[in-house]
Amino acid sequence: MSTSVLRGLRAAALTGTLVLASNLALAAENPIKLGVLEDQSGDFAAATIGKVHAIQLAADEINKAGGIMGRPLELAPYDTQSDNTRYQEFMRRVLQRDKVDVVFAGFSSASREAYRPIVDQFNGFAFYNNQYEGGVCDGHMIVTGAVPEQQFSTLIPYMMEKYGKNVYTLAADYNFGQISAEWVRKIVKENGGKMAGEEFIPLGVSQFSQSIQNIQKAKPDFVVTLLVGTAQASYYEQAASANVNLPMASSVNVGQGYEHKRFKPPSLKDMYVTTNYIEEIDSPKSKEFYAKFKAKFPSEPYVNQEAENSYLAVYLYKQMVERAKSTKRDEIRKVIAMGDVCMDAPEGKVCIDPKSQHMSHTIYLAKVGADHSISFPKIWEDIKPYWLGEAGCDLTKKDPMAQYTPSNPPPKP
Amino acid sequence: MDIATHVFSALYQFGDAFAFLVLSACGLAVIFGMMGVINLAHGEFIMCGAYVTAATVHAGLPLPLGILAGTVVSALVGVLVELAVIRHLYDRPLDTIVATWGLSLIATQGTLIMVGSTMAGVGTPFGSFQVGDYSYSIYRIVLFCSALGVLAALYALFNWTRFGVLVRATIQVPHMAAALGVDTRLIYSLTFACGAGLAGLAGGLYAPTMTLVPTMGATFIMEAFVTVVIGGADVFLGTAPAGGVLAVVKSVMTSWQGQLFGQIGLLVAVIIVVRVLPKGISGFVLRERT
Repeated sequence: MSTSVLRGLRAAALTGTLVLASNLALAAENPIKLGVLEDQSGDFAAATIGKVHAIQLAADEINKAGGIMGRPLELAPYDTQSDNTRYQEFMRRVLQRDKVDVVFAGFSSASREAYRPIVDQFNGFAFYNNQYEGGVCDGHMIVTGAVPEQQFSTLIPYMMEKYGKNVYTLAADYNFGQISAEWVRKIVKENGGKMAGEEFIPLGVSQFSQSIQNIQKAKPDFVVTLLVGTAQASYYEQAASANVNLPMASSVNVGQGYEHKRFKPPSLKDMYVTTNYIEEIDSPKSKEFYAKFKAKFPSEPYVNQEAENSYLAVYLYKQMVERAKSTKRDEIRKVIAMGDVCMDAPEGKVCIDPKSQHMSHTIYLAKVGADHSISFPKIWEDIKPYWLGEAGCDLTKKDPMAQYTPSNPPPKP
Repeated sequence: MDIATHVFSALYQFGDAFAFLVLSACGLAVIFGMMGVINLAHGEFIMCGAYVTAATVHAGLPLPLGILAGTVVSALVGVLVELAVIRHLYDRPLDTIVATWGLSLIATQGTLIMVGSTMAGVGTPFGSFQVGDYSYSIYRIVLFCSALGVLAALYALFNWTRFGVLVRATIQVPHMAAALGVDTRLIYSLTFACGAGLAGLAGGLYAPTMTLVPTMGATFIMEAFVTVVIGGADVFLGTAPAGGVLAVVKSVMTSWQGQLFGQIGLLVAVIIVVRVLPKGISGFVLRERT
């Protein structure tokens, strides 16, 4: 055997050892991968860029403090461009190619319903950190956003008592708007009021002259605005310039799209919103979160409700993984089933409900003044996401992977 | 409620729809209708006008001057785009689709990165007035008058001025116009700038009433193309009647069944008109005349 061959063999052996050694080193701090699918461009971007920033902020804090069980948290962000087909494409990519441990995904309910079957199919694990129309009973999903029984059961009775029982709904025409409007209808009826009218607006519509006139014709006591996306937000300016002058109630405005900052006062005067967080909340926890956010992202236009949901979701995930000592979904769900996954979030104390895997919230009633300043006439603490559990969804026993509505509740056992 | 209130309300809604259709479409009518360039970046010229208007108003300029600034800047951007891209593609109309679509993506994403996801609005001026049970925005009447003004100005420009004659000659038979000493390249540039400027004007006029975001141009695009397609090649004889017909369809359908049916009505009207009059309304009118 010649010396050159020997040298070659020795080199090969050495390389082998090196590779082994580096593999061991990697395994010691093998990162936990978090896929981030949020709209960083397109019609929803204004409300969702802050979610990505909030996740980055939480991940940085966690990594500086030693990661999750000593493993660093690694983000795999994708820009879903406010486009439902991008969600499906990127959801397949993060689950199959990037093999992430968990995915934080989605703003609009249409996008969530677009990607949810893919999460179910590939047996993934996803957080939806957004307020929505409620009803998703799916063991593959954790929802940290607020739902109608938290936002409407508080808001609508308050508005009916204060302004009157004639209600008009102006809602975006897709699953979120339609189902939310159904909730409004139900709550108005339960409280002895009546619907003065309803109109559903296709996404992307920006001209509202006729809708404004329909509202004036119906003479409601207040208008529930469930308008989504930046194009539809043009309604407020146009209604104000036509002097509609009716109080408004909403579960989506201010808390998501910070319309009170974007439009010139007084176009959002007398808008009432139930939200679980906005940057104006004046508590030490909230101020601390806001200060940390602004320190990392000084040019952030607004720290909204979904940013806080996303931020606390990272910490909830950390807590669940550390308690389960695993990133496996089944192990994590065993922890959730104990019913004590809680944390002190910027909004206040929040807990995950084991039956629905939704979250309890502190609900703030935010009122927009004539100068677009925010006041909080009422705060409801620890409002639970009770509807799904009461209707018959119990994920600790059965996982139907379905979405239910008041008119289409879970089947009775 | 008396009849006068109803009549006024119907007229107001018609005028509002007419203004939106005509102002959205005018710039495109020049660039697509006359020059034959399928300009998918039309919405982004509108966005440019709206952003410049809002920025100058925030800087302290009065709104009319802001709108003027928006128009001028859009026209200048139009000149640059024509020199850099469109000029090389006049004999390849299908390629202009790809090129202008690319431009629109660059403009939308560039604005998002440089200016941010939203821009503060400027507020609608003038307030409101009351007729019967309804209150109306005065600015909407201003928009309607602006639409009529723009149509009149376009008619005058293309029919009564030397520039208008040169433009029409250049676009009809370019080599003959060139042989007679017309600088056709300059004429093309100026015409494109005129279209871009009109788009900027639409953006400036609507800036006070809308959300200012990088994707705002998209909300004008459907109405603009629909109006130009059924209007046909002539800016005045096409856009004005097309705007009128579509405004009637849209306002009637919307007041009857809501916004969704307004949009459906608009698209059904287009299908019918394109089927019956393949060259658009102006093609029909001009054929009758000759």
